[in-house]
Amino acid sequence: MCAVRGLTKTYPAVRGRRGVPGTPEVRATDGVELDVRRGEIFGLLGPNGAGKSTLVRQLTGLLRPDAGSVRILGHDIVRHPELASRVLAYLGQESTALDELTVALAAETTGRLRGLPARRARAERDAVLEELGLGPIADKPLKKLSGGQRRLACFAAALVGERPLLVLDEPTTGMDPVARRAVWAAVDRRRAERGTTVLLVTHNVIEAETVLDRVAVLDRGRVIACDTPAGLKEKVAGEVRVELVWRDRAPLEVPEVAALHARAVEAGRRWTLRLAPEEARAAVATVTGGAAFAALDDFTLATPSLEDVYLALGGAARQGLVRT
Amino acid sequence: MSVVPAEVRPGGGAPAASGAAADAAGLGPRARLWPSLAAVYRAQLSRARVARIPLLCVAVFQSVGIMIMMRGVVDDGGSDARSVVAGSSVVVVAYVALNLLAQYFGQLRAGGGLDHYATLPVPPAAVVLGAAGAYASFTVPGTVVTAVFGCLLFGLPLGNLWVLVAVIPLAGAALSGLGAACGLLAPRPELATLLGQLGMSAALLLGVLPADRMPEVIRLARDLLPSTYGVEAYARTFGAHPDWTFVAGDLAVCAGVGVVSLAVATWAYRRAAVR
Repeated sequence: MCAVRGLTKTYPAVRGRRGVPGTPEVRATDGVELDVRRGEIFGLLGPNGAGKSTLVRQLTGLLRPDAGSVRILGHDIVRHPELASRVLAYLGQESTALDELTVALAAETTGRLRGLPARRARAERDAVLEELGLGPIADKPLKKLSGGQRRLACFAAALVGERPLLVLDEPTTGMDPVARRAVWAAVDRRRAERGTTVLLVTHNVIEAETVLDRVAVLDRGRVIACDTPAGLKEKVAGEVRVELVWRDRAPLEVPEVAALHARAVEAGRRWTLRLAPEEARAAVATVTGGAAFAALDDFTLATPSLEDVYLALGGAARQGLVRT
Repeated sequence: MSVVPAEVRPGGGAPAASGAAADAAGLGPRARLWPSLAAVYRAQLSRARVARIPLLCVAVFQSVGIMIMMRGVVDDGGSDARSVVAGSSVVVVAYVALNLLAQYFGQLRAGGGLDHYATLPVPPAAVVLGAAGAYASFTVPGTVVTAVFGCLLFGLPLGNLWVLVAVIPLAGAALSGLGAACGLLAPRPELATLLGQLGMSAALLLGVLPADRMPEVIRLARDLLPSTYGVEAYARTFGAHPDWTFVAGDLAVCAGVGVVSLAVATWAYRRAAVR
């Protein structure tokens, strides 16, 4: 369906000007190799700045890679970037082009520009708006909608005029649970009925674990792992995540707590630890008794998530993946 | 994981290498020039209606204000009065088609909005011409109101006002082409805004003020500005026996500049969309 080989893109260094610091050369994608199969929901997971959007811009023909190849349904997208728009629909992060249109007109115009005849564009517009529950706000301009609703309207525009591949860059940002369910239901329906393939960019690990068939984990422009979410999690199956939240400050005078401190990732009053099960049991026993317990606000024990996989694989960003 | 098991997915388990011939069938249709131009035009016009009406009012007030000011120093019905009225009317076109369109494309480019169009199989010319056409037509009511008000104020005949039917689209094409090209070529949106504003100011100063008393340099600059030819064409028609050959000549210059500038804008769009 979509085969990526050795895809490399380097942004040149920018010389600093007055008041603007320069930036060094950045290798945004570094020899990326991917194989997306027909009908699967394939995810690109990584923190901000990992190269997800650069990779997607190269897959959609928006950005020319320095080296490497992209083939979608057998078409060479690097040589013929103009073919990308005929095999895929892209939902980017920006809605600037549609902001001042009404939801209905945004969907209809996008369908027309995807080559649908007027009547068909109108029919598909009505069907998609109905499917996503956008009927009541069809006549409102996107600008007047909340962030989540606007995102859903852009998603609707991406669906008008069927394409075998949907490339969705963080489609559910800002959406409430109802809208999220509408998005995934619409994706599943297309997949079941027409074998539509989905390439999903996300930094939300919960979403990645629940909707993806396979996921490539990106870090600093490289794919550091690629497997099913369950397969990836097996790599860190021996670990348990312990999160401790202290009331004011950690009671470092307790020797056991001081020992844990060295292994904790701190975020304000929150400590995150990745421990072997027996270590986790000991840690929980320590903090739920005596002086440590008096200082404890909250704690959780959890099996590893894709975030733990990312960190275990050597992901550089300590924060940046989202669990919501 | 998805609720749809892999087995029921059509082609889910099929090997990827089913042959290039079958794969080629996966291409969706290409949007043809005229239908997509019409779609962009319609969408842009509705955008302009929603968001730009206050700005159109500003453009009209500005032109009416200029004419009222000039009324104090210019005599009724003379050649100066003609150029003031014609200049003020064309300034409305310059304000919307040049200034606002440059700002629009500058912001669209900076905000990543071009990605939307660049990932649709639409000819670049359809996007540029659709937007330019919509902005040019959006100036019609303002230009007509300004022209009628000016004619009444300076005691000029209203009989040849129909020439606006040619002046607005042709001056509109030239100015919106320039505006779009500025917006798409400017490396930063503030620069696009600046270029649009400067172009508009130039159209204002060089178009409204009678040219006869200007120094040679200003007159040269005036000749280089495409809106001048729209102003001249329109001003000529106020005469008792307008020389239609000259009117047509002026309008032909507008049309020529329009074709060139819109072609440049289309090229700039293509360049800005895929990097």
